[in-house]
Formats: sequence, C-alpha cells, structure tokens
Amino acid sequence: MGVSTMATTDQKPDAKAYWSATKRLTVSLLIIWFTVSYGAGILFRDQLDNFSIGGAPLGFWFAQNGAIYVFVALIFYYCRAMTKLEKKFGVKR
Amino acid sequence: MDQANWSFIFVGVTFALYIGIAIWSRASSTEDFYVAGHDVHPVINGMATAADWMSAASFLSMAGLIAFLGYGGSVYLMGWTGGYVLLALLLAPFLREFGKFTVPDFVGDRYYSSFARVVAVVCALFVSFTYIAGQMKGVGVAFSGFLGIPFEAGIIIGMVIVFFYAVLGGMKGITYTQVAQYCVLIFAYTVPAIFVSLIITGNAVPQLGFIGNVKGTDIAMLDKLNTVVRDLGFLEYTSTSKSMVDVFAITAALMFGTAGLPHVIIRFFTVKSAQAARVSAGWALVFIAVLYTTAPAVGAFARMNFIDTVNEASYIADDEDYETRAATIIAQGGKPVPAWYKSWEKTGLLHYDDKNGDGIMQYRGPNAPDGIANEVNPNRDIFVLANPQIAGLPGWVIGLVVAGGLAAALSTAAGLLMVISSAISHDLCRRTLFPSMNDKTELRIARFSAAGAVVCAGLLGLFASQLGFVAQVVAFAFGLAAASLFPIIFLGIFWKRMNKEGAITAMLVGLVSTTSYIIYFKFMGGTAAGWWFGISPEGIGFLFMWLAAGTGIGVSLATPAPPQDIQDLVEDIRVPGTRRSHGMAEGGMAPTK
Repeated sequence: MGVSTMATTDQKPDAKAYWSATKRLTVSLLIIWFTVSYGAGILFRDQLDNFSIGGAPLGFWFAQNGAIYVFVALIFYYCRAMTKLEKKFGVKR
Repeated sequence: MDQANWSFIFVGVTFALYIGIAIWSRASSTEDFYVAGHDVHPVINGMATAADWMSAASFLSMAGLIAFLGYGGSVYLMGWTGGYVLLALLLAPFLREFGKFTVPDFVGDRYYSSFARVVAVVCALFVSFTYIAGQMKGVGVAFSGFLGIPFEAGIIIGMVIVFFYAVLGGMKGITYTQVAQYCVLIFAYTVPAIFVSLIITGNAVPQLGFIGNVKGTDIAMLDKLNTVVRDLGFLEYTSTSKSMVDVFAITAALMFGTAGLPHVIIRFFTVKSAQAARVSAGWALVFIAVLYTTAPAVGAFARMNFIDTVNEASYIADDEDYETRAATIIAQGGKPVPAWYKSWEKTGLLHYDDKNGDGIMQYRGPNAPDGIANEVNPNRDIFVLANPQIAGLPGWVIGLVVAGGLAAALSTAAGLLMVISSAISHDLCRRTLFPSMNDKTELRIARFSAAGAVVCAGLLGLFASQLGFVAQVVAFAFGLAAASLFPIIFLGIFWKRMNKEGAITAMLVGLVSTTSYIIYFKFMGGTAAGWWFGISPEGIGFLFMWLAAGTGIGVSLATPAPPQDIQDLVEDIRVPGTRRSHGMAEGGMAPTK
C-alpha cells in the first residue's frame, strides 16, 4: 500500500493522517475483496471459465474455493498493515 | 459395536465435556457474563466465533445444498465467508474500541437516543429468535434420527444442556464450550471428507481432489460430474438456473447480513483491544474456511457417489432378506440397492417411487433425454449424514458426525441466547428502564432472561417443526441484519454527521421494506415474475440496505448535526488508545492495555 502521508516526529498521535491512511488502506482492500468474489466468481465468471485451475473452470473455482482463500489473506494483510500504520503515526495501542 | 452405541458414546462424552467446562468457567460479574471479562485470546476467540457462526445448517445442510445446486451453491460459500472481511475492516475493531457489551449499546450511545436503542433491541431479538428456532429443530432432528429418542425429548435434552452452560457461565462459559465444540465439529466434518476424497480422486486433501482427476483416469472429476448429471437430465454441475443479478444480490445480502448479525459482532467484544479484534476476525475466518472450502468438495463427491450407487440399482423391498437378494442380483450381473440406502430409508430422508414398475431405481432430472420419469427423491441433508456409510467407513465415524452436528447446533444456539439475554437485561432493563440497577441485580436478570430465552427457543423449535418454515425465515434474518443493522453501524463509525433522526429512519426503512417484501413473496403468493429487478426475497436485503442508508443520509442532512461530544466519541473510536472517559459510569468499560 502506498501510504504517502508524512510521519509525525513528536509523540502525539497524528489522528487525522492516521485515519485517512486507514481509509485508503480499507478501500484498496475492499476493491480486491470485490474483485475476487463478485468479479471473478459472478460477473466475469463466464470469461474466466475459459481457463482452468487443475480440473476446475477458473470462475467456478473462484466462486467455490478461491475467493475464500483470498478473504483470509486480506484480513491478515490488513492486521499487519494497520500495526505498521499505528507505529508510523504514533498511535498508542 | 453398532452405530447407535457409538453415537451414544460420542454424544455422551462430548456433553459431559461441555458441562465440565461450564462448571470450570462460571461467570461472577456482568463483565464475565456479557463479554467474558474482555480478555479472551484472539485465536481462542476466533475458534469460538467459528463455532458460534457455523450452525446446524452449515454442518448438515450446506454441502447437500451445494450438491443439488452446483454453481448456484456458491452464494452460500462466498456470502457466509466474505462477511468476515467486512467485519474485520469496517466494524469489529471500532466496536471493540467503543468498549461496551452489546450492539444496541452502541446504537443507543452513538445515536444518543433510547428510542434508537429499543429499535436495535427489536432487530436483534427478531434476528436471534428466528435463527435459534432452526438450531433447536436441528438438535431435535439429530436426536430423533440417530439415537431413537423422540423429537420433543431431543429438544428438551438440548435445552437442558444449553441452559446449564449459558445460564451458569454466560459468555465466559459459552466461549470455552464453543472452542471444544469447534474441535468436535471440524474433526467430524473433515474425517469423512478425507476418506471420500481418497476413494473418488485418490487425493487425501478434499480441496485438491475437488480440482483433481477421477482416480486412475485423466478425466477431471468436475468434467465427469458435468457429463453424468447432464446425461440424466439435470443442469450441468458448474452452471445455475439463477440469473446473474440474483446470484449477485443473494451473495451480497448474506455477506452484509453476516457482518450485521449481533451474535457474531458480540464475539469481538470479548477480546482485549481493537488490534486483537482484527486478528481474531482473521483467525475466525481461517477456522471457518476449513469447513467452507471442504464443503464444495463434499457436495460434488456426494452427488457423484449417490448417482453411482443408486441410479439403475435393483430395489430390494423391506420384506425380503437383504443379503440373499443382493447376492442373487449380483449373480445375475445387476446392481443391488446399497445397504446404506436401506438403513436411511427408514428416516424418511429418501424416497423411492417405482413409477414404471420395473423394480429398477431410475434417478433422473427434469429434462431426461431418455424421457424416463424420476423415481428417487433424496432429502438434501442425507448427503452429509450418510457420507460416512456411502464411503463404507466404520460405525464410529457416524457417531462422530452425530456429535459434530449437535456441537454445531448447540454452539450457535448458545451464542444467540447471549444476544437475547443481554438485549433484555442490559439494553432494556439496565440502560432503558431502570438505570439505577446495580451489577448484582443485572447479573441475576441476565441469568433469568437467558433461562427464559432457552425455554422460548425450545418451544419455537417444536413449533417450527410443525410449520417447516425455518429455511424461509432464515433468509429473513440475514436480509434484516443487512438492511436494518449494517448501515447504521457502518455509518455510525465512518460518517460523523449521521444523527439520531437519520439512524432511526434508516433502521425503520430497512426493517419495514425487507419484512414486507419477504412476507409478500414468501407467504402471500407473490411470484418470481413480480420480483424487483429480478431479485429473489433471499437477496432483497442487499437492495433495501442501500435504500435504508440513502434515506438515513438524506434525513441526517436535513436535520441538525449530532452534538459535539458524540462527534468526539466517533473520532475516538477511529483511533485506538484515544478513547478516554466515555461510558465508564454507565456500566460499560473503556478498553485498557
């Protein structure tokens, strides 16, 4: 995630910058969330079904298995990224 | 030892375990009772959340639904997992930072209104009672189907068990029993799945078998399944009869509904901090994904196995000796009806109707190319229940599945009971009617309302079994949570300007529109031709969620902004560690570190 806001140097948390960075991160992750489930599994499923993963059509696989794996990865990425943001903006945990 | 004995042993041992845990983890304060003292480890809470979330429907019915619906079953798989991403990113950490006990707590404080709190209580009670009726029914079915105990007696035994650990231990007791129940249910689900996967694809990992080839050939399992079902006149397994709009809307209603369900949200109040709530949501989804990624494999294998063993088999009537008759059929080069079919036929979950009088069981879809009428009607639930026998696994595995199904139903029922009892004792009595009540009285009322809720739930379970309407009302629970609770919680965190007028309007719009649409199309004879934008009642919560949010925003902008201290509160819960004094005096507690 390209978090471009300046880090603060003093001890007081920069709540405003922290919150806008949090919102940017959240929106980016929700775009991925939407793409793998509604995108790959539903809207563009027919196009993706021209490809396959093992013996399963790709769009069908995303709808039944793939999207779930990505969901798990998204949440853990979010946890890590938020920990970094909290450190960067001096937010006490 | 036969199957029924194994079932008794497994059920008895697991029940003793749950009661033992309940005694060990008694609650001594309202904090223990509502939120397990706010200090449950994130991974433990993740496991408890998974058990809380996965109900009798997930455990028993979902794989069977997928087996029948094929691609159409994806709405459940994505819908009931994707909601956790919304929870982790948009709700759980902020609600934990807010630091209270219940969902109506948040709604009442954030929107500085007792009326908003009471509307939220109504939504929470409605959603939870709907859901719990289905769980108690599941308990009754498991007891009557496997242990030969009458349905009503089964429900009463289930009530006594839940009563014991929910009333005694509150959230603390429930948390640790749910951990044990998760272990039981996931073991019971995956063991048969692994064996069946080995038999069909030769791969021990069901998720890999699902995309692999049929054992000993180079034909993909799913390709073969598609061919087989098409030749029998069914829709191809990897396609659906639902429109894309409807698949989209149902998936979305289930996702946003999941994120708005009070019994899921309150689990995140039990951890130490906002950061722990995020991590915990991640672990919850890991534990849920173990079952949810196995389920599509179980569904596909079950469909394949069912067709292989039952279609074109020679039926053996009840008055014939199974063994000798089967031997004769095999000697004549035929295929006898499998033994598991005969043993499950007694439960009424399978039905054979010899329409053409040839004694052969023809299983056909609606568009069978050979024009033969379908003669076999399996109940969807049969696929998970009979899976171990279809795969020829020993009797103890079946006992395990029974214990697993009960664990799934009881753990969800307990979580829902917490929502009901805290809505009554905390939100209605303490926060709305008698604010001067002390902690001890509140705890007593909490236990008392939990006890009352157990009894109501049991009665609902008995009642629902006669009406058989549980499946329909469950759609209602999700639609209602998506349309009435999700928008105001989300806007309450992300939009400071949202005020009480807006919130109350949004909740009422969501509640009334979703209720009317579902009642009209489910119970008053509305037909699919009349669906708005082609969206079925299952998916309509998604559409009305936007309507509720839109009117709520409009009304907020037309009325005065919320008071300054509420706006400060919203800023505080967005940034961990800045929340200061709010709520300490009102029986809540700011998170400490």
